Amino acid sequence: MADVALDRAHDREATMAGRRHFASRVIIYALLTIFAVIYLVPLLILVFNSFREQPEIARNGLIAFPRSFQLTAWADAWSTYCIGGTCEGMRRNFMNSLWMAIPATIISTMLGAMNGYVLSKWRFRGSDVLFTLMLLGVFMPGQIALMPWAFILGKLGLTNSTYGLILVHVVQGISFTTLFCRNYYVSIPDDLIKAARIDGAGFWRIFRKIILPLSPPILIVTVIWQFTGIWNEYLFGVVFTSGREQPITAALVALTASGTNVRAYDVMSAAVLIGALPPLLVYFLGGKYFVRGLTQGAIK
Amino acid sequence: MSSIDTDVGRRTGQANPGPSWRERLTKALPIFVLVPSLAASFVYIFVFTSWTLYISLSNSSLLPSYGFVGLDNYASLWSNRRWNIAYSNLFFFSAFYIVGAMAIGLALAILIDQRVRGEAMWRTIFLYPLAVSFIVTGTVWSWLYNPVDGIQMLVRSLGWTNFNFALASDRNTAIYAIIITGIWQSSGFAMALFLAGLRSVDQDLIKAAQIDGASTFRTYRKVILPVIAPIFLAVAVIQIQFAIKTFDLVAALTRGGPGISTTFPAIYVYDLMFQRGQIGEGAAAAMMMLAALAVVLVPYSFYVVWRHRKESRHG
Repeated sequence: MADVALDRAHDREATMAGRRHFASRVIIYALLTIFAVIYLVPLLILVFNSFREQPEIARNGLIAFPRSFQLTAWADAWSTYCIGGTCEGMRRNFMNSLWMAIPATIISTMLGAMNGYVLSKWRFRGSDVLFTLMLLGVFMPGQIALMPWAFILGKLGLTNSTYGLILVHVVQGISFTTLFCRNYYVSIPDDLIKAARIDGAGFWRIFRKIILPLSPPILIVTVIWQFTGIWNEYLFGVVFTSGREQPITAALVALTASGTNVRAYDVMSAAVLIGALPPLLVYFLGGKYFVRGLTQGAIK
Repeated sequence: MSSIDTDVGRRTGQANPGPSWRERLTKALPIFVLVPSLAASFVYIFVFTSWTLYISLSNSSLLPSYGFVGLDNYASLWSNRRWNIAYSNLFFFSAFYIVGAMAIGLALAILIDQRVRGEAMWRTIFLYPLAVSFIVTGTVWSWLYNPVDGIQMLVRSLGWTNFNFALASDRNTAIYAIIITGIWQSSGFAMALFLAGLRSVDQDLIKAAQIDGASTFRTYRKVILPVIAPIFLAVAVIQIQFAIKTFDLVAALTRGGPGISTTFPAIYVYDLMFQRGQIGEGAAAAMMMLAALAVVLVPYSFYVVWRHRKESRHG
């Protein structure tokens, strides 16, 4: 009898706790949903407006559900829209960014991997000091380098060229890639290297046979970091190139600033999306590694 | 005895003049590999900085020239109204941006930490703004702030016809437009770091607090957050860096306007160097940016080194 009463009281308490738990769950998910909407709306607006017809956007405003549909804005933005006199759309600038970001990413990552290998597994007197000095490059503001780069690129005949930007991004990127790779290689046991050396393996053989096979995680992090960083960079692009040679970030600013006629939000939305797509793609495909790259530097 | 003798004999007999060129080369190989990167970094970091420092002390205007004028450029920079606006904007922006992004980032991290379903999905949503450029973010938000087509029009079309929202086009409020957009862009970053921190807290510590009957709120405030205190500092330092280097966001969002109201140091450097041909003063402004970064980063790196030493001593 007493047992039953106790059970019942216990049940009531359990349902109360259950209800409280349920309420707190609802609040948690409601808050997350509100934030998610705030984060997603700007992207949705871009996507929607790139498919809406311009007159409808003008009538109903930028923030509205699509009531019209067209694909021409994408075609215009890609190949025919005019920016300051030239009517070639974003295609050329998109390709500029691609031909800048891919080589710069590959070169800076390769250099970073080799530097990291030397600075972690072939230390010599003073190597730690050199590493620390190289790290200073991570913090340098680009503005300090503007005049010297302008002079050097001019001497090399690389002003207003994608090659010039590749050079700038490789030199600036070495600090980051070396930092990432060195901190990763430090965690590879030295005994592994020692054993290989006793077996007669040399510098390159150890790199190829031991270090590189263990490297994919850090190389993916580094490649993602470098590619998105270089693709999204604006300052060097706008200073060292102009017109048809500009990377897409600089071209986007030029495009949206040319606001003499009625703003063609449909085409501009498509153009902005074209500029955002490659890093977004990299992010959605390699999100895990993207986050790892972010947290790596900061936690250590 | 005899074996040792022969050994010694063989060595001396060979008349070895030290390690062969091949051995020397092998030994120096790691350094050879490092040299190109070292040289490039050295030029980039030290030569470029000294170069810009020198230009800042010279009478360069449209082209670099090397007549020494001492601190004239700095004096004229600091007496310039626009530079004063630029750095007071920087302080104002930094304060709100850092506190705002950290508060929202922490809130999101704690929400996600409540064993929610679809954690990966939420994280992906909150962090994606960081993958796209400030140019993209700034452009979209400048449209949202646009009174004719953006948020103001939306609210008016919903029936509130005298609603006013022209944040970015009023010189007194444009800075808030930049702050809001900056927070939107980077609170996901703060979330990622805080979440990594929350996950690294010792689970036994949390269990002990729960057994003691502490509420979730109390557990966070008294047990978890103090443990991840260093992460707050790390996030703040990284965001101050972002703030000092802020250029793209402003360039895409307000272009420094209306008028000169949202000028930032980085914007002003660009303007002086490439729009007005005042290279010397532009270099002085760039040096001030470097100084601002140093003021934040030098003490922080000393602190980090000190903490590592302390930890390794105790560990």
